[in-house]
Amino acid sequence: MSLYNIFDVAGSGMSAQSVRLNVTASNLANANNISSSAHETYRGRHPIFAAELQKAAINQEESVPVQVLGIVEDQDPLQLEYNPNHPMADEDGYIYKPNVNVMEEMANMISASRSYQTNVQVADAAKQMLTKTLQLGQ
Amino acid sequence: MAISFDKALGVSQYTVGVRSQRAEMLASNIVNADTPHYKARDLDFAQAMRSAQTNMSTSMTRTHEKHFKVSVEDVDSQKYRIPNQPDTGDGNTVDVQVERNLYMQNSLEYQSSLQFLGGKFKGLNLAIKGA
Repeated sequence: MSLYNIFDVAGSGMSAQSVRLNVTASNLANANNISSSAHETYRGRHPIFAAELQKAAINQEESVPVQVLGIVEDQDPLQLEYNPNHPMADEDGYIYKPNVNVMEEMANMISASRSYQTNVQVADAAKQMLTKTLQLGQ
Repeated sequence: MAISFDKALGVSQYTVGVRSQRAEMLASNIVNADTPHYKARDLDFAQAMRSAQTNMSTSMTRTHEKHFKVSVEDVDSQKYRIPNQPDTGDGNTVDVQVERNLYMQNSLEYQSSLQFLGGKFKGLNLAIKGA
């Protein structure tokens, strides 16, 4: 019954979007972490989405769930600031700030929460269709 | 006189199935709206109805989970959507607004197909009970 597959598909989308929201939250929370060396500094993280084509080929062709392949660290350069009076400054007087772009993360957050809502609505519409089907002939 | 459900139910019995298939494909499009390199797909309704009505499907048995599903039935009814925007930067061709509205429309069409089907059953019921 293909309507039941919609719940799996929408559920996979909801879990992927909540991973994205989670990652965005940790990026924003750590956006102001200051440290005194490059390898200790927090780097922005991003989830990688991919279509689960393998699963789609095994079950049936119609539904393609989404999966999170993994979370990668942002390779952008860290923000270096010359601030010799700072208690965390290294011997050259520099402090290191994360490479998190707060504007980008806010936009990411809105996009993730909207996509999550869309997935919920898709599942809800599928639920209505199934309920109507169960009432068939009554 | 044998009762033929096939004749009694007519085309409605197939539309419900095809609509639910299409709902699944549109849901996959919406879910993969943020997936890089995903290409939006849709069902050619006329083609899918033809193959559902003639019920001609040939498929090969799969004895291992890594075998591909090979069937003649659905191959030509599934098509990729032509994107409105030539390039979105990540190779994704899903337009969420379009897909959402199509999903909504398809769900209403599904429910109206169900209404027709339910009407047929009501008619049969009336014929049996005669009241």
